[in-house]
Amino acid sequence: MEAIQNKVVGPVSEELTLVQAAKRGDDSAFEELVRRYDRNVFRIAQHITQNREDAEDVVQEAFLKAYGNLAQFQEQSKFYTWLVRIAVNEALMKLRRRKPERTVSLDEDIKTEDDSLPREIADWSPNPEQQYTQAELREILSKTIQGLPPGFRTVFVLRDVEGLSTEETAAALELSVPAVKSRLLRARLQLRERLGRYFQRRDDGKSGDKHVDDKTKDVSSGDGNQ
Amino acid sequence: MKCAEFLTELTNYLDGVLDEKTKVELENHLSWCHNCYVVCDTTKKTIEIYRDSQLYELPDDLRSRLRSAIMTKCQQQKKRGPQNV
Repeated sequence: MEAIQNKVVGPVSEELTLVQAAKRGDDSAFEELVRRYDRNVFRIAQHITQNREDAEDVVQEAFLKAYGNLAQFQEQSKFYTWLVRIAVNEALMKLRRRKPERTVSLDEDIKTEDDSLPREIADWSPNPEQQYTQAELREILSKTIQGLPPGFRTVFVLRDVEGLSTEETAAALELSVPAVKSRLLRARLQLRERLGRYFQRRDDGKSGDKHVDDKTKDVSSGDGNQ
Repeated sequence: MKCAEFLTELTNYLDGVLDEKTKVELENHLSWCHNCYVVCDTTKKTIEIYRDSQLYELPDDLRSRLRSAIMTKCQQQKKRGPQNV
């Protein structure tokens, strides 16, 4: 099995040249940075907030903050990582405002050690995504990732969708590398398990539903004891 | 290698950062443990499906509207002079 290849965002040296020009007051250089990263920031923001209007606000606020604080950017890290950190904070703030009854933080979701261990082992169809239309697939993917705690889906999005390295993700989220790895594993396993409900192999009409049948049996025997 | 150990190494394996010895042990485990093979394979598919999904792409018209709004606000901010935002 081959390792997953990451998306690469653009040469770092070019980025630094643009950042330095923007710092000197060249707005067209800053606009080029916006052009370069607006799609990424939008995706990250919508994954975290799960709301399109909030994501639009986050894009504007993140770039505006970056512009206003450009002089403080130390150039020791990548501009993109710094921008992602600003965007993630803005997005989490939006989430807190919308769900004031719940504390939303990147630390909230560590529960038991085995809360995401695989329970459902049934294999998937060979090209599971082709069983659905584009629109259906998007709905499934969006609903599935929405069910993850914000701290998990943020790590997953930065690492696996945007292709940041583990170290960059840790820097952007101000987490340790082991914390990123542990959340990433759980996020991947939880998503896998949830997607399995849609993608399980069902060629003989039985194999994919075996576990479901077992669970149904458990529930009915439970009822019988009452 | 046992199933629990496989699970702790899964993320490093999928990211291609395992040392050679552990990688061989893990692949040996996958060659006979069907459940772990399925978990590994479907986890990899999960990542690929999300990565290739183009979920939440920014439409072109919205993109240019956002960019011009950002640049207008930046210029207003510049006129007001330096401040902490």
